[in-house]
Amino acid sequence: MFYTEAGQFSSHYRTDRRLFRLRQDRYSLYALLLFAFAVVPFIGSDYWLNAILTPFLVLSLAGLGLNLLTGYAGQLSLGSAAFMAVGAFATYNLELRVPGLPLLGSIVLGGVFAAAASVLFGLPSLRIKGFYLLVSTLAAQFFVQWLFTKVGWFSNDNASGVITAPPLVIAGHDLSNPAGRYLLTLGFVVALTLLARNVVKSELGRNWMAVRDMDTAAAVIGIPLARTKLLAFALSGFILGVAGALWAFTYLGTVEPHGFDLSRSFQVLFIIIIGGLGSIAGNFLGAAFIVLLPIALSLASGFMPAGVIDAGQLENLQKIVFGLLIIGFLIKEPEGLARLWQQLRERARVWPLRY
Amino acid sequence: MKQTTFRRLAALLAAGLLASGAHAANEQYFPLQSYRVGPYAAGGTGFFGGFIDYLQYINAKGGVNGVKLTWSECETEYVVEKGVECYERLKKGLNGAPSAATNPLSVGIAYATLDRSTSDKLPLITINHGRTDSTDGSVFPYAFPLQLNPHSEVSAIVNYIGQKSGGLDKLKGKKIVTLYHGSPYGKETNPILELLAKKYGFELTLIEVPHPGNEQQSQWLNIRRSKPDWVILRGWGVMNPVALKTAKKTGFPVDHIIGNIWSNSEDDAAPAGDAAKGYISITTHPSGTQFPVLQDIKKTVVDAGKGNLADPKRFGNVYYNLGVVNGILNVEAVRLAQQKFGKKPLTGEQVRWGFEHLNLDDKRLKELGAYGLVQPLKLSCADHEGGGAVRFQQWDGTKWNVVSDWVQADRKLLRPIIEESSHKYAKEKGITPRDCSKES
Repeated sequence: MFYTEAGQFSSHYRTDRRLFRLRQDRYSLYALLLFAFAVVPFIGSDYWLNAILTPFLVLSLAGLGLNLLTGYAGQLSLGSAAFMAVGAFATYNLELRVPGLPLLGSIVLGGVFAAAASVLFGLPSLRIKGFYLLVSTLAAQFFVQWLFTKVGWFSNDNASGVITAPPLVIAGHDLSNPAGRYLLTLGFVVALTLLARNVVKSELGRNWMAVRDMDTAAAVIGIPLARTKLLAFALSGFILGVAGALWAFTYLGTVEPHGFDLSRSFQVLFIIIIGGLGSIAGNFLGAAFIVLLPIALSLASGFMPAGVIDAGQLENLQKIVFGLLIIGFLIKEPEGLARLWQQLRERARVWPLRY
Repeated sequence: MKQTTFRRLAALLAAGLLASGAHAANEQYFPLQSYRVGPYAAGGTGFFGGFIDYLQYINAKGGVNGVKLTWSECETEYVVEKGVECYERLKKGLNGAPSAATNPLSVGIAYATLDRSTSDKLPLITINHGRTDSTDGSVFPYAFPLQLNPHSEVSAIVNYIGQKSGGLDKLKGKKIVTLYHGSPYGKETNPILELLAKKYGFELTLIEVPHPGNEQQSQWLNIRRSKPDWVILRGWGVMNPVALKTAKKTGFPVDHIIGNIWSNSEDDAAPAGDAAKGYISITTHPSGTQFPVLQDIKKTVVDAGKGNLADPKRFGNVYYNLGVVNGILNVEAVRLAQQKFGKKPLTGEQVRWGFEHLNLDDKRLKELGAYGLVQPLKLSCADHEGGGAVRFQQWDGTKWNVVSDWVQADRKLLRPIIEESSHKYAKEKGITPRDCSKES
């Protein structure tokens, strides 16, 4: 009733091809953005901004980066955390060693370095596919971590190998407070999400999907495989690099190579599997599931009367519940939360009728 | 009838809420970022068990000048972002009781909450670990690597080897091998060892063991070939027992291996079985239950069935005693700060003053029943470490026996290195160091 496209006609190709064709979608997106930019920083407490929203946004962005590569272009990768690490360490070194470079510039350039690394480790994808490619991206994971631990130059010869964030200042505004960190993160996430959404609707995105579905067929109809695959690695690496820099600088404020280990790569992979492969919104849903649910469970367990269950066992219980929820969701909807979201919208279009 | 019951209930509830709101408790709160599951649970349950038991013991004695201590736990699993989440969740205090200090017992979490602690004005206690350069309190006003930082650790070990050889001048020409874990933690002290090698003229060989270190055959063959006088083991987790076993297999005498602060627990030596007999390691606090304070905790807390340890056999082990030591230092800081700011719940900023003026001499330690358990400690604005001494203990196959008195690190030698590093940090972050001569 409220969510119907009746009466919305496109009179130009331009309007037909816009990102969100439905008026309701557009308006709710504007409202959401307005809320996120203008309201949340004022009503959010330190805890919400620092410990929940910022990591949620950064991991959504990381999910987006991997989703372009895996969900859209069909190239499996377990090197996400490595490219995040490259982004973080490149940003740190640019801030440190290139005088006069503004923070935004360092973060973007950090992403470019990550993109270069990603292309380099994406080269094997021209010859190998599927799980074999997964193993070769695993090499990136171990190599990058080893490199940053081994070569002291990357961490400015810090004895402990840990880097600390430079002051977060943009055009004279100090963004070190929780709201500032949140807004900086949100800005990057929104900009890159719009970029990604545009790309997947463009020719490049369609090429990616053709390669994903059957690369021989794609080659036959004239899609340049090498270029398409490497562009997927590049863009994915760029977004992951920016996500890594944000993780290091706006969220934790410090980072060590160990913080970008294999389990981080798995975490990003789970985000896109649970959220939905080949979906933009799925990254946000998946990140929400992975980041927020354990915290919600932990808070809920705080309401348990003390002493009934041993503290250690209570923690393990939360893990069991979380695991059960993952299994439950994937049985109910193997295509991820994004698919559930889509079904909900289909339902809403015809509501209150059933068909 | 039904309605009146409901109303009564509502009134009761409202009264309860009001009461709890108005009840600005006379309590001081400790946010505990504990870890009871995951790979480091052994350390977490022991440390936080000891810490909580000491807080219970203080409460049983009436609190700190009448101010009761409260705490709540948040599980970190030793994972950095969970630790940050816990920090943000707990930092505001509990039911009106303000937070005193955070004690994450994790290097990663400590690094990630360093900036936050400073801006939230909440002391960050990293007992026996943490950033070495946070010893310089003029740059790191809220970080306290109490008792022992990594630099002091190796310096004390070298001093002990000197003692054993009959004087530091006898170190000349000796061969020392350091076997270190291939991680930032493992490599952190290598520059200091090199410096000491140059100063005392011993021959230093650094050998890396890649993480996790469950295969060390080639490293120990190298060691056997060079026949060093001493091996310093800078291990972590499974690397420690494997090192001891491989040493035995290759025929290196185990009583010439000295373990560092993360190679010194029962859990490091016991799995090596017979191979560990005679193994020496450093400790900032002996294990054991003979200290009066531990006996009191046993009497008032553990025997009353309120002890925090699930396995009572672990009472008095290395991790548990570290928790007790940490409890003593935290409570003493609160007590000291109360002398200045009044006998009431204090803010983190006020407790920081207490930490910075901690002065535990032998007399005070005897009053606390912790003589021999805690080293004499004196902190100041510029010095957030305070002690820098360790004792050495030897494994007899079933337990640790203390075999030395307190051995001091050469802190004068280390200070310029610490300052160089902290000033570099200050420059990177745009911090103006405090002028410690103006601090009261």
